[in-house]
Amino acid sequence: MDATELRVEPALDTQTAWEPRIVGFLCLWCSYTGADNAGTARMKYAPNVDIVKVMCSGRIDPDLILTAFAKGADGVMVLGCHVGDCHYISGNHKTMVRMPLLRRVLEDFGIEPERFRHEWVSAAEGEKFSRLVSEMTEQVRELGPLDWKARLKECTGENLGPWGGEHP
Amino acid sequence: MNANGKLRMGVYWASSCGGCDISLLEIGDKILDLAQIADILFWPCVADFKYADVAGYLDGYLDLCFFNGGIRNSEQEQVVRLLRNKSRTLIAYGTCAADGGIPALANLYSSEEIFEASYHENPSIDNEAGVEPQPEVETAIGTLEIPRFYPAVLKLRDVVEVDYVIPGCPPQADDVWETIAALASGAVPVHAGDARIGCNNRSVCDECKREKREVKIKELHRHHEFRPEPGWCLLEQGLLCMGSATRGGCGALCPKVGMRCEGCYGPPPGATDQGASIMGALGALLDAGTEARAQEMVAEIADPTGTFYRFSLASSRLRVSSDRGGRR
Repeated sequence: MDATELRVEPALDTQTAWEPRIVGFLCLWCSYTGADNAGTARMKYAPNVDIVKVMCSGRIDPDLILTAFAKGADGVMVLGCHVGDCHYISGNHKTMVRMPLLRRVLEDFGIEPERFRHEWVSAAEGEKFSRLVSEMTEQVRELGPLDWKARLKECTGENLGPWGGEHP
Repeated sequence: MNANGKLRMGVYWASSCGGCDISLLEIGDKILDLAQIADILFWPCVADFKYADVAGYLDGYLDLCFFNGGIRNSEQEQVVRLLRNKSRTLIAYGTCAADGGIPALANLYSSEEIFEASYHENPSIDNEAGVEPQPEVETAIGTLEIPRFYPAVLKLRDVVEVDYVIPGCPPQADDVWETIAALASGAVPVHAGDARIGCNNRSVCDECKREKREVKIKELHRHHEFRPEPGWCLLEQGLLCMGSATRGGCGALCPKVGMRCEGCYGPPPGATDQGASIMGALGALLDAGTEARAQEMVAEIADPTGTFYRFSLASSRLRVSSDRGGRR
């Protein structure tokens, strides 16, 4: 093989190459340990999830998820201990109500259901974690960028009509 | 201030129902005191003023301007920019100006969907020719223009700098009078960022006299199917009362008479997104027990978005532009 043939791949175009950016809120005791489990077992999964470690999934205020979307996340994952396994006894009972509630609101807001995923991952379920991350990444990749920042411009008066910025 | 020592005052009504204008009159016999301390120099609802009159004033000529309603079209934007320049103190008056109010719920729909409903679909519409208003029309006498429809309802702070915000749908008359009197006395700063006045730094729950029994919600109810027990917290009885996620200042008027709080004073102190506040609270309060029951209870809620964001969609995190048409 000619050496020049090895260099046929074009340089990565940073303007057009889009990768899904997903924010994952993981509880420390189960799901984060589960993610650790996937790591130590050297399982392969998509690198698209930015993990935010929290003490308990019951601490994930819906406001954090809305903020993640508003600031440009293409998807959000919330992972916590299975019901009954909460380190704080009932933290995830709150999550169990909040997330379906938020899901209904997000649908009304026009955010596709596939962009928001709420699952239970125990400390032993590294395999489940890696599978969920890869599944979610592919789902979001198919949907394309959410780009809520562009939408917010319309709703914050940034690009107004004929009088925008002018004193009549 | 005028040479006669009176405040120069303006009032304007943009994207709102007009209730705020009426609420200014709710100060009752104090309206006579108002005439003693202020000259009205612009108030299209009660007297015949033209925009040209205002454009002729010097910048900062009006001491006080109460602006109610959000910004939905180019005319409203034009007027609010004009009034901003002509007013020393501009007050976002009422929830529409403060957080978008009820009109901002239209941000859940695209402009096309709104026009479809308003000019074609609604049962009372008689529009056989299928006419829709056009921003520009060519006629024999030249081009006629009407204001342009914007893709979303904006709160006042999105368009201009605001000096004070008085929330409420409508704001309570006593607070309004106190505000006018305070500004007239010169005892408060004329600019205060967008500080909220006419309200307090607590939630409606804090002002509500109903007894909290520290019990969780077994079942959700709606007003037309349920008679709440007097004196007991409405939320604990299963009515979706927004009191815990709403800024206080009204004196818990609605819960006092057995109606759930609808959230008209906007997000509570320290919170941006009123819907997130109530969703967080409900997570801790619904007694679901199992995941299946949790989903069942959530599915029972009629219109969660319209309930949680009824008055504050324009100040929520996501705001939801109409462009993609969120809800059908």
